[in-house]
Amino acid sequence: MHMNPFLIATFGGILIGLSAILLMAALGSIAGVSGIVGSLISGSASGWDWRVAFVSGLVAGPALLWLLFGESGIGAPQVGLPWMALAGLLVGVGTGIGGGCTSGHGVCGVARLSRRSLLATAVFMASGIVAVYVIRHLLGGL
Amino acid sequence: MRVVTALLSGLLFGLGLSIGGMTQPAVVLDFLDIFGHWDPRLAFVMGGAVVTTAIGYRLVLRRPQPLFEDCFRVPSLRHFDGRLIGGATLFGLGWGMAGYCPGPALASVGGGALSVAVLLATMILGWWLAARLLPPSRN
Repeated sequence: MHMNPFLIATFGGILIGLSAILLMAALGSIAGVSGIVGSLISGSASGWDWRVAFVSGLVAGPALLWLLFGESGIGAPQVGLPWMALAGLLVGVGTGIGGGCTSGHGVCGVARLSRRSLLATAVFMASGIVAVYVIRHLLGGL
Repeated sequence: MRVVTALLSGLLFGLGLSIGGMTQPAVVLDFLDIFGHWDPRLAFVMGGAVVTTAIGYRLVLRRPQPLFEDCFRVPSLRHFDGRLIGGATLFGLGWGMAGYCPGPALASVGGGALSVAVLLATMILGWWLAARLLPPSRN
């Protein structure tokens, strides 16, 4: 079956939106992954139980796809281990001090037309584009 | 019910990421590669998510309170500051380096790649460091 990849991508996005609506309607919380998990790590979280449940569901999503269709959708890492380690640190520190990531700022914040989230999203998109440009086109890959 | 709902929400999130191609770092990096072979799929995922969320939030936030909590916890900060801009800059650099933001990184853990586990470990270390060294102003 060949479906339009942009249609599939939009469908994936709609599922993420439904997830965000559900979390707000039921628990009154923004579906921001760095916030949900980060506050679990920093110990400032109220309600660790639902945060752990959310992460479990997140991990179970691709597993369910694998069980149903034999394809989890999980792709291979594109850079070596040291770069993965550095990237993780930058993502953790950056979303920690910036108060959100692609989901909290990029989806939930932009959907609320939050000025802060609109700016954060523009900034991390721009610095992501710069990083890829430098790595792929100036350095010739990692 | 709180836990079951959160599990279901996480499951929808993980399904959406995977179906949308966001658990493939190559797709994410190709989106950010606007000077190369640009793959716009991430924009469709984000567009679908933002429009759906915007409509849903409008309906949900009219209610006096959420189903299982006393109040909605929607961020109330309005101002721009160095934390927001500096944090987003660092995040983008890491995102563009490996192609993983926090959701897809967690959702990809079942793929069994060692380097994804390492990325998750350093991401968690990063959250801990950020909370330790620069206490959050998030609310």
